[in-house]
Amino acid sequence: MPDEPIVSAEALHKRYGGTKALDGLDLAVAPGTVCGLLGPNGAGKTTAVRILATLADADSGRARVAGHDVAAEPDRVRAAIGLAGQYAAVDEKLTGRGNLRMFGRLYHLPRREARRRADELLERFGLMEAADRQVQGYSGGMRRRLDLITSLILRPRVLFLDEPTTGLDPRSRGEIWDAVRGLVADGTTVLLTTQYLDEADRLADDVVVIDHGRVIAGGTPDELKASIGDRLDVALADPADAGEAARVLAGLAGAHPDLDGARLTVPLTRGAVRLADVVRELDRAGVAAEDVGLRRPTLDEVFLRLTGRDADPAADPAADAAADADQHADQPGRRKETVR
Amino acid sequence: MSAPALPARPSSLAARLRWTAADGLTLVGRELGRLRQEPGELIAALIFPAVMVVLFGYVFGSAITVPGGGNYREYLMPGLFVMVSFTSVMAVTMRVATDASRGVMDRFRAMPMARSAVPFGQAGADLLNGVLALVIMAATGLVVGWRAHRGLWPTAEAFLLLVLLRHALSWAGCFLGLVVRNEQTADQFVPLVFPVTMLSNSFVPTGGMPGWLRAVADWNPVSAATAACRQLFGNPGAPAAHTDLAWPLAHPVAATLLWSIALTAVFAPLSVRTFHRRGR
Repeated sequence: MPDEPIVSAEALHKRYGGTKALDGLDLAVAPGTVCGLLGPNGAGKTTAVRILATLADADSGRARVAGHDVAAEPDRVRAAIGLAGQYAAVDEKLTGRGNLRMFGRLYHLPRREARRRADELLERFGLMEAADRQVQGYSGGMRRRLDLITSLILRPRVLFLDEPTTGLDPRSRGEIWDAVRGLVADGTTVLLTTQYLDEADRLADDVVVIDHGRVIAGGTPDELKASIGDRLDVALADPADAGEAARVLAGLAGAHPDLDGARLTVPLTRGAVRLADVVRELDRAGVAAEDVGLRRPTLDEVFLRLTGRDADPAADPAADAAADADQHADQPGRRKETVR
Repeated sequence: MSAPALPARPSSLAARLRWTAADGLTLVGRELGRLRQEPGELIAALIFPAVMVVLFGYVFGSAITVPGGGNYREYLMPGLFVMVSFTSVMAVTMRVATDASRGVMDRFRAMPMARSAVPFGQAGADLLNGVLALVIMAATGLVVGWRAHRGLWPTAEAFLLLVLLRHALSWAGCFLGLVVRNEQTADQFVPLVFPVTMLSNSFVPTGGMPGWLRAVADWNPVSAATAACRQLFGNPGAPAAHTDLAWPLAHPVAATLLWSIALTAVFAPLSVRTFHRRGR
């Protein structure tokens, strides 16, 4: 253990009516890292963030942020954190600059300092051109960026990002990611919840998977991927061969392959099967393969294996159409190469 | 990039009060900023009182005779002053509910702000609009023949009473907004404030209403405030001392004061507590 964790939670429980939102959640985030909190809808991600950000009280358990207990010293915690959410928590009727100045004043910066800081942040995050326009005219990505930089007025030691890119187009997501990387380079610790597993894959040093209010797995994205083994992908020349190919692959790998059109995927234990054997067996069965490849699993596959559920927010009726479309357009699970 | 440091949190009571006041003022400034951005909203807010004067003064007024004689528009104006003051409930409910549903409230809560600054700021910001609305209403009244007949001090007293009542009502609005937390819901139930203002002596004397309705109207704070204004402005329809009246109408100024104090005493602490409740 190199450093004392800057965010820690022990056995957090939280109940809403009859629903257990958190059921003994434990968490430890090392300073200067990005921790990705992953989980299906309703797993307790947002509840955990709300408790850590002093917005909600846990029923039991302890949590410390930046050296202070969230329940006993909420004001000290608040002085050390920033919070940006899936909603753009800014005043839509004000301009971008007006918002930053107002929040700067609410942090008790002197007027001149609040103005200077507002301009500095607008400049750095590419919002200077829109600074004097009302926020309600901003695009989704601009709002989210403004929401993010509003959390940065005091440069928080810990930044909570609750689904910061849900519903954004890929370009806006990239901009938010760049901003987050810049912050981490400056020493900020980030706790990120997300439904996009490629987001966790790209940003997070550590990933914590939660389901039903408790941690079910944790580690670096690579560790998590290694834990479920490699994948064998076979692309068929003729989808009609799928049945025969599935029989061959099942015999080699000892598991039933998933079929998606003319592509079959089967999990492998590392080193159990040689690629050459696969090619030869398929050939012998008279199946023409266009491509045969071994690859690391994606975080999506890890997630699906761990939770038994898809990370796809389309299952959530509250997820808006934009988020939905975006998710499908950007589903990383179909890619042959994993990033990282 | 140089990030500023958070000034140390003050420890003495006086310094803490200064922080609270500064936060409240910042939020009032936010309201000014919004008005500057949305002059249309301001213009609508200003036209509203004028429309009310015309609608009630000339449309309904043409068919109503004031008991004991007098100009109906002079009878009407105190009721309209009270009515615009009651709109603060709707305005503040909407504003607070919008902040809550958009996550702005959460951002405030997660900041190291003074505990009661946000509710105070929201209620305070409304005073700005309230004073403006009264000024416009008074100007419109003067145009259509309304006058305050009893001199400077009673007139000032009446306006102070209206501002006090409005502030008390904005606390009720603040609490409602925090409870509703959803701008659509708030939007749907705020128009219910209108019937409450109508069920009173603002537009017609309560004498002609059925007994049970009259009792409701007589005890409606709208009626007390309207009667108080009529008395202080010297407008027709002011309660006469010798008649047999419900207590709030016989002592309208005291009744209005009591209503204001009671509303504030109930809803200000409730609002502050609800704002800080960390359940959800």
